[in-house]
Parts: sequence; structure tokens; C-alpha cells
Amino acid sequence: MSLLSFNGIGISGLSAAVPANTIDNLGYQNGLFGKEAAHDIVSKTGIFERRFAPPGMCASDLCFAAAEKLLADLSIDRSEIDLVLFISQTPDYRMPATSVLLQNRLGLSKQTAAFDVNLGCSAFVYGLSIAFSFLQQGGFRKVLLLDGETRSRVYSENDRKVAYLFGDGGVAAVLERNKKFGDSYFSLNSDGSRENLIKIDAGGYRKPSSVDTVASRMVDDFGNVRSEEHGYMNGADVFNFVIDEIPKDLRRLSEYAETDLHSLDYYIFHQANSYMNNYLVKKLKIPVHKVPTSLERFGNTSSVSIPLTIVDKLKLQLRESNNVLLCGFGVGMSWASAILEMRDCQISDMVEL
Amino acid sequence: MEEKFIKAFKEALELEDRTIDLTDTFRDYEEWDSLGHLSLIAILDEEFGVVIEQAEFNKLSTVGELMVEVKKRMV
Repeated sequence: MSLLSFNGIGISGLSAAVPANTIDNLGYQNGLFGKEAAHDIVSKTGIFERRFAPPGMCASDLCFAAAEKLLADLSIDRSEIDLVLFISQTPDYRMPATSVLLQNRLGLSKQTAAFDVNLGCSAFVYGLSIAFSFLQQGGFRKVLLLDGETRSRVYSENDRKVAYLFGDGGVAAVLERNKKFGDSYFSLNSDGSRENLIKIDAGGYRKPSSVDTVASRMVDDFGNVRSEEHGYMNGADVFNFVIDEIPKDLRRLSEYAETDLHSLDYYIFHQANSYMNNYLVKKLKIPVHKVPTSLERFGNTSSVSIPLTIVDKLKLQLRESNNVLLCGFGVGMSWASAILEMRDCQISDMVEL
Repeated sequence: MEEKFIKAFKEALELEDRTIDLTDTFRDYEEWDSLGHLSLIAILDEEFGVVIEQAEFNKLSTVGELMVEVKKRMV
């Protein structure tokens, strides 16, 4: 039973950075799909705009900007940061780990623990659970959680199933121990039998990069084109997975937390697409006004989408204390949920790079 | 059951003004695409409480076969 609970640990501050380069989805067309296709996809997915990092800008650059903003806003003494976590599936290099490079860039001490977490849409919640676990030990004072993605570069622009969905962004969060924070609960899950639902087949060590793996080819009867080093997604099965597993996980978590699933202040789900998210919310019978979304502006930014939604939509809404549900699901398949109290959380203005 | 199923099927694929035959191959409909497929998944879950995995779904080709599969899973 991968259930965790904590008390007296929480998020002190949260910030986000996105590329200034804005893509208008209705105008995002290429030779393969017409205006009508873009219109159909936008109306169903609810994604009107996305941000694309220009060449040379990495997920880590977005996280770095978000972190600088947050550390300044919170007036944090950098010597108190004992762990820096970097969550991404689009790191700077295959090695070394990007978190280590960020330790140096951010001017953190050499006595800072640093490592990367390679998970997708579930990863912010996983990352929080790791940060909370370290903070439970007396020796760690503050954790800097960095979560960034340049998903726009993962998929083929000529694959209609994914070309209109993904965008880029980065966030930073500071976590610490403080008696003012209430109870928090986590549920963590994985199912590798569904590895083929969302995947990049080649370019790792199982199937190394070659002339063949970067060659684009038509992959289906709809005329979608991609290479083996592009990501693909089986949207129908992902949808099946979500409506099957997520309600079960949330029930399990709410029982563990002894909390009525319908009594919380806000429900922040991974921003996949509005069709799927709306259906999930309806199935869970959660009031729509408690479910903020940022899909329309930023699309699906993988693990970044939950904290990005908080920064974008809840900055002015959060009161002194808020009980929130966070739920991320996707590539792996991997999914994780949390019920926690957000108390006095400093949310910085969004940074554009 | 058949009436309810056909109504749901038509709604999912926006085929309300068309006559649907149980022997129709649904992937041949002009309206069939990945977005229509998502609508079908949602409506089968909502109306019948049924989720069909992709591998099983791929074996189905006619509207009638789909209906039989849904019926089977409702039990």
C-alpha cells in the first residue's frame, strides 16, 4: 500500500516561468491538416494557446528563472536549502543530472543534496512526496523542488494525435517544516504493463539513436507522420486508463485520509485535455467551480501542469488555509494523488522568458 | 438495450440524423476519428458503466459486435 501521511510540512512558496513565445492553436497548421482539423481539435481539447521554448531554451532555464523569482520574493537564505530536486523528462543532458547543474547555477552550497526524478504527468505529486519525506528527517531544513518540461519538442508536428496538445513551462516550490502546516496524505501508483500508451520508442539505450530511428514515416491510415524518436500517445487507451484508475485511487486516498472527497476547497488535476478532464470531474461529481484549469492558455505541460495551474488560477483565490486535492496521471503509466493543506503559500507573479 | 445503445452510439459520433445498421463497419464512417472514439468511450462508461480496453476494442468492427461486447461487459 503506497500511502504516505505527514504533519507539519508544507509548501511555503510557488512560482512559474513560461516562454514568451505563444502559439495560437487555431492558426497552428501545416500542410497535412486544414483549418477545420485545428478547429475540431481545439474545441474538443480546450487548448487555445501554448508556449513553445525557442531553440536553446531548456526546461532547466525555465525552472532557474522561476526559482530566482521565488527565492527573491521569499527572501530565502540559500544556505538553508538542503535538497534540490529536478523533475523532468526533458533534461539538459543524458548526464550529468540537471539538478546538480542547477545547484551550481543557483549558487547553492556544495552540501546540498541534488537528484533528478524521471517521471511525467504524475511527477509533481511524486516530487512533493519525496520532498515531504526528506523534510520529515530533522536534518533537512528547506527543499527546492524544480519541475520543468519542454514537451513541445517531444512530439511530431505532423502527428495530429499530439501536435496540438503540448506546451512548455517550469515551476519552483520551496517546502519546509513548520507546525502551522496540517496533515497531508499521498497515494503513489504505477503500471508498467501500459508502457506503450505514451512512449518514445527509440533514442535511449534499449533502441539507440540511428539514421533509421530519426527518419519520419507515415504511421497510420490518418496520414500522421513521426519518427521513432518522437513521442506517441494512444489517446483512447489513456482515456480508458484515467476513467478506470483515477476514481479508484481518489477513493482509496480519501478513505486513508478520512476525508470526504467532496469537502475540499480546490481540486487540481493534471491538465491533459478538457474533454477528458471534464468527463473525469463529472464522473467524480466534483463541483466545476472548485476545479481550476489552465489548459486553455498553456496546454498540456506534463508534470508542470498542476503547479502551473495553481500559479495561473489560484494566486488571488487562496485564503489563509485551503485543503486541496492534487492528482497527476500519465506516461508510465504512473499516477499519484495528494490531499494537503496549503497555508500562507506565497505565489509569485508568473515570469515570461 | 438496442435502442439505448444506438442512441448513445449516434450521440457519441454525432450521427443523429443518420440511419445506423448493426452490420455497419463503424470505422468506415466519415465521422469516425480519434476524437469520436473518445466520445464513444465516455458515453459507454457513462450510460453502461463499461470500459473496453484498446486491444479488445480493435477486434470489433461492426456496430452490432460493439453492442454485443457492451452487453457482455454489463453483466
